[in-house]
Amino acid sequence: MNIIEFCARHQREILQATLEHIWLVGMSMLLAVAIGVPLGIIVTRQPWLSKPILGGANIAETIPSLALFGFLLPVPWLGERADRLVIVALTLYALLPIIRNTSTGIESIDAAVRQAARGMGMTDNQILWQVELRLAMPTILAGVRVATVLTIGIATIAAAVGAGGLGEFIFRGLAMVNNQLILAGAIPAAALALLADFILSLLERRLRPARQ
Amino acid sequence: MNAETDRVTAHDLIIEFRNAGYRLPNGQGILHSLNLTVSRGETLALLGPSGAGKTTALKLINRLLDPTDGQVRVENKPTTSWNAIALRRHIGYVIQDVGLFPHFTIEQNVLLVPRLEQWPTERTQTRVKELLDLVDLDFDKFAKRHPHELSGGQRQRVGIARALAADPPILLMDEPFGALDPLTRGDLQKEFQKLQQRLGKTIVMVTHDVGESLLLASRIALLEEGKLTGIYSPAEFLAAKDSTAAAYVANFRMYGEAERANEHH
Repeated sequence: MNIIEFCARHQREILQATLEHIWLVGMSMLLAVAIGVPLGIIVTRQPWLSKPILGGANIAETIPSLALFGFLLPVPWLGERADRLVIVALTLYALLPIIRNTSTGIESIDAAVRQAARGMGMTDNQILWQVELRLAMPTILAGVRVATVLTIGIATIAAAVGAGGLGEFIFRGLAMVNNQLILAGAIPAAALALLADFILSLLERRLRPARQ
Repeated sequence: MNAETDRVTAHDLIIEFRNAGYRLPNGQGILHSLNLTVSRGETLALLGPSGAGKTTALKLINRLLDPTDGQVRVENKPTTSWNAIALRRHIGYVIQDVGLFPHFTIEQNVLLVPRLEQWPTERTQTRVKELLDLVDLDFDKFAKRHPHELSGGQRQRVGIARALAADPPILLMDEPFGALDPLTRGDLQKEFQKLQQRLGKTIVMVTHDVGESLLLASRIALLEEGKLTGIYSPAEFLAAKDSTAAAYVANFRMYGEAERANEHH
């Protein structure tokens, strides 16, 4: 039985696992953007907070994923459900590129643009929403793209704590020394990563303002 | 000091520095007890070498900075009693690097302040045509373009149009023509001179270009190391005894002499 036949026979399970995978990654990315972009903005406003915020996100990034799942397991509300725990862990991994790209994107805006915006009488909020975030958007999206691809890969480990996803096949395949099972998880995960990368890069290019 | 300034009535007094000083948080003094008045319709040039405090003085007028000593008054009210946003929208601001928004079209850039002030659309539509016409840019050709499609001179024209958009009575200009090549700069200076006569704005302009000061300013304030060393009319400046003023004039005349020397050949 080759891999194509195998996938055809198990298509419903594979689809189910893919959807679980998308759910885990999608929720984590929503949370990571909702937390990471404001943190990135804070870094540009309060430089003294830059070290603790970026340092914290950096440390989260260095913890091996399996260990992080383990650390979070005894946390009261989190440990109750595997998907909850995995979403929080994946969010922590996704934060660093999003925070860093948000602050870099805002800081790399031409100083004259910001000076003109202030001098013309724009309020801080208007400058943030109409100028800074708009001009930093391609850079922020690039961070989201890196974080998404990273998270899709790490999410395969979620199966180790019973959160489902494409990692199920990989772990089962490893246990049963069955390459087809491993591939049934690995190929859709890779395809998902490539697809996410492609879609987000299109979006990023569309939003990049024309420059000289 | 110029005797004229003593005769202006309080009503004509638009900007006034009263012992205004500015020091950095680390204590370093940038500007020291500046006393200076600007009356309605005049163009004052702040002339001096880099680090003389010219840009700081300008930023004190539209509250991009607040004085750490004394006060700066705009229309007989200390800037610190003005709402900073309202004050800035009341004052046009032109800077050397223009600072157009790269993601806005020329039209959107020009209409920034009217849009912030929520002008009705019919009014902004006629206004943008007027403004582009004023700075000699063809509306049909430029309105929908983005800043990166324009030359440096065209961009600065847009910068001037943007500053004039809401018809502010005061215009602040920080080396407005400093980044342009000499030919474009000359063109723009000449055109701006006409614009100035037509619009009658009160203008404060930072420059280190003596020719520009003589061409555009009704008075020249010379600053050095954060202190005002003199105020001159263009004619007075050309004859000034002050060593720095004399050095500026000598430097300026050097070009004229070079021209004359070469005419004999």
